[in-house]
Amino acid sequence: MKGILGKKLGMTQVFEEDGRLVTVTVIEAGPARVVQKKEKGRDGYDSLQVGYDEIRKEKNVPKPMKGHFQKTSSPPYRFLREIKMQGFDEGDSIRVDIFSKGEKVSITGRSKGKGFQGVMKRHNYKGGPGSHGSMFNRAPGSIGQSAYPSRVWKNKGLPGHMGDRRVTVKGLEIVDVRKEQNLMLVKGAVPGANGGYLIIRSDAPVAAAGES
Amino acid sequence: MNAIKVIEEGYKKEIPHFRIGDTVSVSMKIKEGEKERIQTFTGVVIGRRGGGIRETFMVRKISYGIGVEKVFPLHSPLIEKIKVVKQGVVRRAKLYYLRDKKGKAAKIKEKTFNRK
Repeated sequence: MKGILGKKLGMTQVFEEDGRLVTVTVIEAGPARVVQKKEKGRDGYDSLQVGYDEIRKEKNVPKPMKGHFQKTSSPPYRFLREIKMQGFDEGDSIRVDIFSKGEKVSITGRSKGKGFQGVMKRHNYKGGPGSHGSMFNRAPGSIGQSAYPSRVWKNKGLPGHMGDRRVTVKGLEIVDVRKEQNLMLVKGAVPGANGGYLIIRSDAPVAAAGES
Repeated sequence: MNAIKVIEEGYKKEIPHFRIGDTVSVSMKIKEGEKERIQTFTGVVIGRRGGGIRETFMVRKISYGIGVEKVFPLHSPLIEKIKVVKQGVVRRAKLYYLRDKKGKAAKIKEKTFNRK
């Protein structure tokens, strides 16, 4: 497995060589830095804690985090996540070029918050007819049976808060990687608002060339 | 935002200036199996829409008595070249009214440059 942290910049369209227009999301991926290396002997598992988006002003660093960053003499970062990958050491920087054009990646982000939503928007219920005096428009309808079970089943889809949760989209194709600008173009949409943090992962191992 | 603009600019091409009502001839690369050839489509520009890298233009011509319209992405790499054949004078941004006109009524006044 390999991965990098990044930020969603926005979406646009791009031409492929054969003239087709593809809709892409532009992601600023990295440079991320390995803040802490977790090892099986000490931590119980092997993993890398990676930081992205450096905090430039010291007053903006939370005090408890300050100690953590000092321990590995790493600059402070806003976005810290663990990625289970090999081939990097504490202090190494991870760049976009660990990925290449045509690869498939999974991208995790925090979806846009939609607030308190009804059952039609949140769970794709059909609702009722809009007119002819039906009086059953967007309501959920029956939510269960009677004497048995005498309660509502767990996981019954009901109105409530929608969005603003962790969402992973799998199998997104990388259309282009621009190493100098730390940019990555990915086909299709990615969870979250522009400026939101993303974790970009792939099951493929890190290629030898990716090591800096 | 800026990074996105840079990406879009990178895909833009030099486009000759043409307006709605002009007659243009568009040379398009067409792939047939292995071979690639150029096909030209000549007609009146009846509309442009979108902006930046997404801009498209619509060309209408009468082919064997049947009206044919084609929408081209302005910056498509498949467009070899766009040539302005005639410049027209129109007072509308979209010339959809041409669809209902036939023969002489569908003609567009040509721009004249030798005004007194």
